[in-house]
Parts: sequence; structure tokens; C-alpha cells
Amino acid sequence: MAGICSYGAYVPKYRIKVDEIANVWGEEGERIKNGLGLIEKSVPGIDEDTATMSVESSRIALERYELAFNKSAIANAVFVGSESHPYAVKPTATIVQEALGFSPNVYSADLEFACKAGTTAMIIINSMVDSGKIDFGIAIGSDTSQGRPMDALEYSAGAGSASFLIGKENTIATIVDHYSFSTDTPDFWRRQHAEFPSHGGRFTGQPAYFRHVISATKKLLERTKTTVNDYDYFVFHQPNGKFPQLAAKQLGIPKEKIDLGLVTPYIGNTYSGASMVGLANVLDNCKGNERIFVCSFGSGAGSDAFIIEVNANIRKIRQTEKEYHRLEYYIKRKKYLSYGMYAKHRGKLKGLED
Amino acid sequence: MKKNLALVWRRIPQRYRLIGSLCESCNEKFFPKRHFCPKCRRKGKIKDFQFSGKGSVYSYTKVSVAPEGYESMAPYYLAIVKLDEGPLLLAQIVDCEDDEIHIGAKVRKAFRIMNKDGKEGVINYGFKFIIDN
Repeated sequence: MAGICSYGAYVPKYRIKVDEIANVWGEEGERIKNGLGLIEKSVPGIDEDTATMSVESSRIALERYELAFNKSAIANAVFVGSESHPYAVKPTATIVQEALGFSPNVYSADLEFACKAGTTAMIIINSMVDSGKIDFGIAIGSDTSQGRPMDALEYSAGAGSASFLIGKENTIATIVDHYSFSTDTPDFWRRQHAEFPSHGGRFTGQPAYFRHVISATKKLLERTKTTVNDYDYFVFHQPNGKFPQLAAKQLGIPKEKIDLGLVTPYIGNTYSGASMVGLANVLDNCKGNERIFVCSFGSGAGSDAFIIEVNANIRKIRQTEKEYHRLEYYIKRKKYLSYGMYAKHRGKLKGLED
Repeated sequence: MKKNLALVWRRIPQRYRLIGSLCESCNEKFFPKRHFCPKCRRKGKIKDFQFSGKGSVYSYTKVSVAPEGYESMAPYYLAIVKLDEGPLLLAQIVDCEDDEIHIGAKVRKAFRIMNKDGKEGVINYGFKFIIDN
């Protein structure tokens, strides 16, 4: 049975505080921090994009595997889920596969489904491994999303990436089951050539995020005849710090089961990476025999729910991993930017060459 | 102006993965790639070699007046990095503060954007280094 053999998450070094953005727009920082449940967000370096972050998180996953199991994994599939691919036409996945040294025998493609493209990549690769088509594949969720200046999203749109090496050999966790729930819901979008995304404000909540996340979670629990009590951790898509907490409340999940997988308050919403980065943080703290429930959400809209069972092999990763393989290292490593520097990093200045 | 695409494409293995050369006769390693061992001459056996991407700062400078295409990155550190396997190469040290860099500082490779060929041209990626604490 296919499963996760290794994983890695990467977050850029730069941060901007909610207060700094709020000052520029004459808003109250405290009110926004409380409303969104986040204090700061990550900002990519001037020379970082979805492709570079995808390579960094994948290198962490591959190094971890090599150190733990004394052999290297050759992936025959690379799928990159993102809504901020550097090119409109030309795959990010080929850049990543080349940097990882897997060319040319690779199934590769870019996926887009707002914030759930990365978990969809996990389902595709898991199925390809299960079918015997490939031995290993890498599913990546990575984004450097933009928030329109002055928009609510500007406070939360962060940058980050997570990669999951999926195969049959030396699995550290099994994907026991997964279920997807999707409908045509116009809650958030970005039209062709538009620089910033648009959203439906409050409409992104109940009919979009909560309907899909809660339905997918309930259906998968029903299908597997399990309850909230059967899981040690829950990880939900985290566009801000508040939504996952409210979803957990509606599902009767105690706070302590979602805390570890909730990293948006410190790094912002990493979009396609969000639920996967959260899962990476949970795995960073697992010792074996834990059960994790993950549910992503992508606007437009849909959710992928997974049941993941961690096995004792994860101890090998724990024993051999390096400090910079762990998400904590990237969360703690930070340099604050002024709004001016942030505008420069994100190419928001008019007249500045991209 | 479109840069020479074939030239950029040929350098992908070297720039993305630090692929250099190894002479199997004398065990000397080279970066960038060589087709001929200057020591063993025609007795040399050259093959591709992937460097680990670990090394240390051999020397460095802070660039304040950057060349065309790098202006937005200034000020930045440019260093001669001594790879653990031997060769020296020139690279940018990124995400680095003034008090972190010094001669002998351990570094490891990072994958970053090198430059962009205008707003519509190709994005060139490649290796840079970060301080390995």
C-alpha cells in the first residue's frame, strides 16, 4: 500500500507584521489580528518564487529519506500544486524535477485548484504508486500568493511550500483513505492576466470554506465508521487562524488536536501549501502510531480529506533529520520587513521591472 | 533582447544541481564542468560529478552597486565558496546578515532565481548559498 515515505516544508525568512500593514492603511492592528487570528505573515525573498520554494521543500524531503533509510529515492512523478506558478505557460514541475535530478523519466505537471492543488497532487501520486505505475512520486503544494494592497487578504497572503515523497518502500505513514468534495462555488478567483485575486468577502466563509471542509470531513468519518476520538490530530486548510478553529468547533474537535497543525498565525496563509505545511508540522512531532485527519480546501471550491496513519518508521526520520529539515527552524528564522521593503519584495511598486 | 536560450539550457545541470566533473584517473574534481583533465591530459578519464552543495566561505564582498539585472537585490553578498569536495566557485550568499558572514563560515546550496530576461522572457534559476548554522 502506498504511503508517505518522507516530507519537507519550507518557509522564506522574511516576515511582515499585521501591525505594519495596518499602519499604512490607517486600520487598527489589534482588531485585524483578533479578527484573522494571525500576527504576521511570511514574505518570499526577492529571488524566491513557487519553483524555488518547491525545490527547497523537496530537497528536505529527499535528504530526510536518504539519511533515514540510507538510500536515495528516485521519483518518477512530480506534480506541483500552486496558484502562483511563475509562468502562465511553461511548467514549474519540469524546473523542479530538473533541480532534483529526476529528468527525464518523469510524469510531471502543474496543478491548479486554488489552495487544494497540492493535496490533489498527493491523491494522484498515491494512486499512481498504488497502481504500480511508479515507485516514488513527489507531491508539492507551494505558493507565493499576492494580496491586493488594502484588501483583507494582504494581511494573510504568505509564502511557503511542502513536499511529500510518496511510495511503497519505507513508508512512515499510510494514506488509509481519502475523499473529495467539490462544487462550483465562486468564492475566490483570479482571472487570466489579473495581478491580484478577487473574493466574495463573507461569502468565502459559510457556503465555501465551511461547507466543503465540514462536508468532506463528515463524509470521510462516516465512510470509515470513525469519530473525532479516533484521531490524535486534525489539520485543516488555514486561510487565517480563525477558520480552522471554527470548523473544529463545529465538528466537536478539541482545541489541542488542531493546535500543532495550525501554523498560519505565524507564517500566514501559504495557499496550496497551507494544509500540507500544517501536516508537516504535525509529522515533525510524531513518534509513531498516531492517526492524523487532514482536510484541505481550495476555492472554487473543493476539499480533499485524508486519513493518515503514522507508523514506527518515523522514528528513523526523527533520529537522523537535521535541524533545518524541521518546520520549526523556518518558523523561528525570521527577518521583519517594513511595508516599503515588503512592496519591493512583492513587486508591488509601479514602474519597477518585475 | 532574448538571451541565448541554448546557452542557458546547456548550463541547467551545472546551475540547478552543481554538476561538475571528476577525473577518475587522478580523482581531481572540477567546477564548472571540464571535458579534459589538465593534469592527466589524454590519460584522464572525465565523468560527471554532482557536488554536495556544502562548503565554506573562502572570501567575500558586499555588493552595493549591482550590475544590470541584479539592482533590486543590492546590497548583497558575493563570495568565493570553497566546496567541501575542493573546487572554488563564485556565488551569491542569500538570507544573510552582516554578522553571520565571515571567512570560513559554513554554507549550503540554495535554489534561487538568478535573473529574469525582462518582463516576458525566461526566468533563469540556479544555485546560491545560505549560511549553514
